[in-house]
Amino acid sequence: MSLSAPTATPSPAAPPPRESASRPRKGHLFTRLDLKYSPYLYIAPFFLIFGAFGLYPMLRTAWMSLHDWDMIGDRSFIGLDNYTRLMQDEYFWNALVNTFGIFALSTIPQLLLALFLANLLNSTLLRAKTFFRMAIFIPNVVSVAAVAIVFGMLFQRDFGLFNWLLSFVGVSPVDWDAGKLSSWTAIASMVNWRWTGYNTLILLAGMQAIPKDLYEAAALDGASPWRQFWQITLPMLKPTFVFVVILSTIGGMQLFTEPLLFGNGVILGGDQREFQTLAMYMYEMGITNLNTAGYGAAVAWAMFLIIVVVSLFNFVLVRRSAK
Amino acid sequence: MISASQRLWRTSPLTYVALVIAALMSIYPFYYMVVIGTRSLDQINDVPPPMLPGGEFGANFGRVLDNDAANFLKGMLNSIIVSSVVTLSVVITGSLAGFTFAKLKFRGRNALLLAIVVTMMIPTQLGLIPLWGMMQTLGWYDSLYAVTVPFLVSAFGVFMMRQYASQAISDELIEAGRMDGASTFRIYWNIVLPALRPAAGVLGLLTFMETWNSFLWPYAILSPENPTLQVSLSFLSYAYYTDYSQVFAATAIGTIPLVLVFLVFGRQIIGGIMEGAVKS
Repeated sequence: MSLSAPTATPSPAAPPPRESASRPRKGHLFTRLDLKYSPYLYIAPFFLIFGAFGLYPMLRTAWMSLHDWDMIGDRSFIGLDNYTRLMQDEYFWNALVNTFGIFALSTIPQLLLALFLANLLNSTLLRAKTFFRMAIFIPNVVSVAAVAIVFGMLFQRDFGLFNWLLSFVGVSPVDWDAGKLSSWTAIASMVNWRWTGYNTLILLAGMQAIPKDLYEAAALDGASPWRQFWQITLPMLKPTFVFVVILSTIGGMQLFTEPLLFGNGVILGGDQREFQTLAMYMYEMGITNLNTAGYGAAVAWAMFLIIVVVSLFNFVLVRRSAK
Repeated sequence: MISASQRLWRTSPLTYVALVIAALMSIYPFYYMVVIGTRSLDQINDVPPPMLPGGEFGANFGRVLDNDAANFLKGMLNSIIVSSVVTLSVVITGSLAGFTFAKLKFRGRNALLLAIVVTMMIPTQLGLIPLWGMMQTLGWYDSLYAVTVPFLVSAFGVFMMRQYASQAISDELIEAGRMDGASTFRIYWNIVLPALRPAAGVLGLLTFMETWNSFLWPYAILSPENPTLQVSLSFLSYAYYTDYSQVFAATAIGTIPLVLVFLVFGRQIIGGIMEGAVKS
């Protein structure tokens, strides 16, 4: 097996004496080259491929955003015009509001629920631990496309399960994809279903890293479990919570598949763009309409800046509030 | 002490009730997928909706296979090819680079590692539009190269393997290999890679799932004639959204392989995710 390795042909006919091997500088030429350069060779694949297909497109996005750029035609430099246009673009602001609306409806209940479930799973005497962990995590294994298809039917107006259940409490059938709040709720529920378990496990991992003797000391002092949760668990969980919030922010700001499939593949996200997200608007401008690729690139950079700002904001917020 | 901690961690019946409800809500949509996928169209329009699986799966899936617009089998085959190639490559390049960062000394090591960690923070959609244009230039539009080559390496993979290699492999082991005159690559292949197997397995599983489930990029760059499984499912659901039985049968078939993988390796996958969270 190892003979097929490209660098494993040094013909080790004369294995270097032990002394010289421990002082490689005086060793064989190959050994010297191997020690000095092979580390770069082994990390090169990552940097080459990431450079070509990751870094370069990102920088090119910035360059494109300064142009009136037709993907299959002409381009001309226009400076920051795309960005000034963006500031007055009502569809952009609409997409921004939709993205934040869905983000709030998914992240806040999701993290609270994850915190609650993680706290339950953290009980040391809990039985069937592995079963519960796996059951709660399994939605994350399903593709977003499949989740969107299944939930699309659960939210169907005429024979969907949610409207059927709502009929028992006297609510008339909701046309989920017709209004802003209703469509945001439906889309956020897909996100919540798929990600609550994942966040539960991350928070659980953070909880398990908290030293147990802190709790035992508190219990001896007569602190109630509720008080222990507030005084020990939450403050100690802060770094993990920041991590989870930032991951949710990066994911939530790029939401694409759920709203796209919820609206049956219409990139506008509903007849009146009720649930078009930023990522969908970027796709509409940059890929559906190839002649406005430069403007689409400006949307992409705006999205990136929003992610950075929101992540920093959440970072500061969580740091402060958990003190 | 024991009694104090037992009182503290006492699990009340309410804990189990809450966890069972959460587990049921997690599992229900799968069950629903199976129910609808095994029912005829007439049955799913009933009020109240059917709650148990039926016997129509064969007929429903038959319609999927006869469906020329969805190219379901081609999508499945494409997904298997792409996910396997990407997984193999991410594990090999990730373990090689991770070992290098953990155990070899070279100039610029810390700066380069930091660069990799930073790239993990960058949202993937930022480069989408130019990447689409690049694929046109390369002639890779609608080709499997477009959905494979950019994903052959992963910053997360390098970082995860680096973390594991720093603790799992002792410097003495590598030094012993050097004493025997082994080249660096031989040390990697014969000593390091076997020792990294547990982490490499988890990385492989996570990568396979992510690639199998990825949507936005394949959707942007592949045509309905040459889709991946997820793209095929989306076109099926657009075109036949009234034929839920057919769409759900296809969705179930596309989901079940990963669920089976998860049922077998779930413990390791969960362990990997939780360990990664504590370290980062």
